Amino acid sequence: MTGNDLPGALAGIRVVELAGEASAYAGLLLAGMGAEVIVVEPPDGHHTRGFEPFLHDEPDPERSLWWWHYNASKLGVTLDLGDEDARDRFRSLVATADVVLESERPGRLGDLGIDHDTLRADHPELIWVSLTPFGRSGPRSQEESIDLTVLAAGGPVWSCGYDDHAIPPQRGGGNQGYQTGSVFAVLSTLTALLARDHSGQGQFVDVSMHAAANVTTEFGSVQWLVAGDEVQRQTGRHAAIEPTTFTRALSADGIDVNTGFPPRSARDFAVVVEWMESLGLKDDFEEFFFLEMGAQLEEDLHLSQVGQDPEVTAMFGAAREAVRFISENITAYEFFIGAQERGLAVGIIYSPEEVLADPHFQERGFPVEVEHEDLGRSFTYLGAPYIAPKSPYRIRHRAPHIGEHNDLLEALA
Amino acid sequence: MKSEALSHIRICDFTGQLAGAGATRWMAAFGAEIIRIEDPVRLGKWDVLRGTSPFVDDRRGHEFGGCFNNHNVEKLGVTLNLRTERGKELLAEIISVSDAVTENFAAGVLERLGFGYDRLRKIKPDILYVSNCGFGHIGPYRKYKTWGPIVQACCGLTFTSGLPDMPSAGWGYSYMDHHGGNFMAMAIMAGLIHRSRTGEGQWIDMSCTDAGATMLGPVALDYTVNGRPLRRDGMPYSNRSQFPAMAPHGIYEADGHDAWLALAARDDRDWQAIAGLMGIDDSRFDDLTGRLAHEDELDDAVRAWSSGRDRFKAASELQAVGVPAAGVAKPEDRIDNDLNTEDWGLWPTVTHGEMGRVRVDGIPAHFSETDWVLERGGPLLGQHNRQILGGLLGHSDAELADLAAEGVI
Repeated sequence: MTGNDLPGALAGIRVVELAGEASAYAGLLLAGMGAEVIVVEPPDGHHTRGFEPFLHDEPDPERSLWWWHYNASKLGVTLDLGDEDARDRFRSLVATADVVLESERPGRLGDLGIDHDTLRADHPELIWVSLTPFGRSGPRSQEESIDLTVLAAGGPVWSCGYDDHAIPPQRGGGNQGYQTGSVFAVLSTLTALLARDHSGQGQFVDVSMHAAANVTTEFGSVQWLVAGDEVQRQTGRHAAIEPTTFTRALSADGIDVNTGFPPRSARDFAVVVEWMESLGLKDDFEEFFFLEMGAQLEEDLHLSQVGQDPEVTAMFGAAREAVRFISENITAYEFFIGAQERGLAVGIIYSPEEVLADPHFQERGFPVEVEHEDLGRSFTYLGAPYIAPKSPYRIRHRAPHIGEHNDLLEALA
Repeated sequence: MKSEALSHIRICDFTGQLAGAGATRWMAAFGAEIIRIEDPVRLGKWDVLRGTSPFVDDRRGHEFGGCFNNHNVEKLGVTLNLRTERGKELLAEIISVSDAVTENFAAGVLERLGFGYDRLRKIKPDILYVSNCGFGHIGPYRKYKTWGPIVQACCGLTFTSGLPDMPSAGWGYSYMDHHGGNFMAMAIMAGLIHRSRTGEGQWIDMSCTDAGATMLGPVALDYTVNGRPLRRDGMPYSNRSQFPAMAPHGIYEADGHDAWLALAARDDRDWQAIAGLMGIDDSRFDDLTGRLAHEDELDDAVRAWSSGRDRFKAASELQAVGVPAAGVAKPEDRIDNDLNTEDWGLWPTVTHGEMGRVRVDGIPAHFSETDWVLERGGPLLGQHNRQILGGLLGHSDAELADLAAEGVI
């Protein structure tokens, strides 16, 4: 077998996933790792098939790119869980599964007689992972909730936005509240599988999106927990106790860059001097003298001296402005490569679609072609988060049509 | 008391910061034995967080970094001077009894220390090696330097946050340091599952930037399938809903200093409840098409109601009529005054050898049989030398005293 057809790390593991907006990403990741993920939908398809965008903007349950992305590598079956015969089929399916993954409202599956409490007696090895907005039993567990409110209540929104606090704080794009919950659902599944290897026991795992958001806010939480300090949001920078200086600049081709930490060592000053000279920008930059001065430093500039020592302040300010000045005079990509080749950590602020054309992603095989034989063509999908040569993560095939693998149910009936 | 979930797993761990330390943090909470290797000469400061703020009090130095403690709870700390032959021998001994070696140095650093993958598997043929850095060890940018905001910029996440015709708001913190650690934990555990089934080790190479790029699927497919880029007029507008379309969907001014309310109408029923509560009577907003076509006016109408109201009381009123809503929580709101995080036990107190009792981030999952335990703070420098080098590897106290005198540990 070549690297492309090796089974994944979870080959032989069957996951039954009840289709859900929040858990779809967890199922995708487990399927990418090689699990057989069977997504269970209502007979007329799950409502997320109605999510934009659609292939050529034509709404159709088989043309939702949302569905395509999140359900790639999965198999699909349909069951009307309101019907007792269908619930029996669900029970039969679960009997063959290693893992059940669901993001149903707490109580719903219990009312239907198909929750873990009901099914576990016959299946002590079963792992059941529930992903809900506030966990299954807390005081807020019955609140109405969507990605936006999870992120607002859970902390990420407070830290994100603009220096001008008359502008509302911002939610990052991409349904990251759901996806952060999903990431922890995957960690939980892997942990429970390893625990079962060791003990033979399955178990129930209660994952909370609100808790997940709360512990995914870096300084926002730690500053408060340790020192009782409240961070304040800043444009494109870490929310902080004290304001920090800019890191964003607009390059000559209209694309933003992150200019990183300003140079502080003689080596980094010398690099900026050389870079400016090679670009012919030296004569246009009034504070060039301070850069040359920095290149003679015997010790790195210390941040505590900025604002105290006039020479240090001038050198530090000149370095920061010099990097910005360079970025404004060349394209974003030239700036990114030019700085990084010189050992300066800066970034290019790509729009998501621009990522796929970047040489790094190309060389790592990140964009992958997924065959849609039903449409007679293939499309480019996002690939693997890591490279595992012996147990590759990969997109195995397109998302299922409604009921495409219902024969799996027939085989169990 | 320790969790039994991963108590059969031992990791020789070089991770630092959050993007690496976060990976083994999860595993430590579930009982894995994480042996953190640190450099005694530089006082463990290849992880800069060892000595940086926040601090619990006026004390400073390599035992007082608040983030270091948070990210390294329940791990063991061993010092080894890898410039010395004896230090390298001891490291090889630890590797020989470990299931995995993990690191998030810049690409090539562990190799230069003499412990690249070829050496690791000579020491232990089935070792799992997981490396993690911004651009990974494979690819044209493998020598480039990153930290969270650079990763977020280069993978497309930064761009998705903010308002049209404004610079990107970014994320306000190193979101991808969290998920860098989380995806690294996935890579480690998936690699261990593969090993337990096949007996095979491997080198898994993670790039935080790639992990971040997996988190923007529908937007990326809109481009690769429909040719529609996110870099276009009017976008991004991240407080509005991308997929699926909803309106209203936003964060609105509330009463008080820097106080905000998040709410959304998922469908027409939600909208009717909102309109009833807020007293909005405008036929343009009757269906989603109309609400999207007049979204600015719709937002103005919502803001007129929200701006004079307490964010939490307003959220409760909306919840009472079945509408998803939440006050934008400040750190104090969600850490000290949220009944749900308290009920969850989300902010456990650990005991650190110097800092004393400190609250840390908990784990957002509860396991019915083998739940997580966070009691011990991050390790002091060399705190567990005797336990590991003596207890596990069998070196005598006299030998350890010599090693300390020679500057090896």
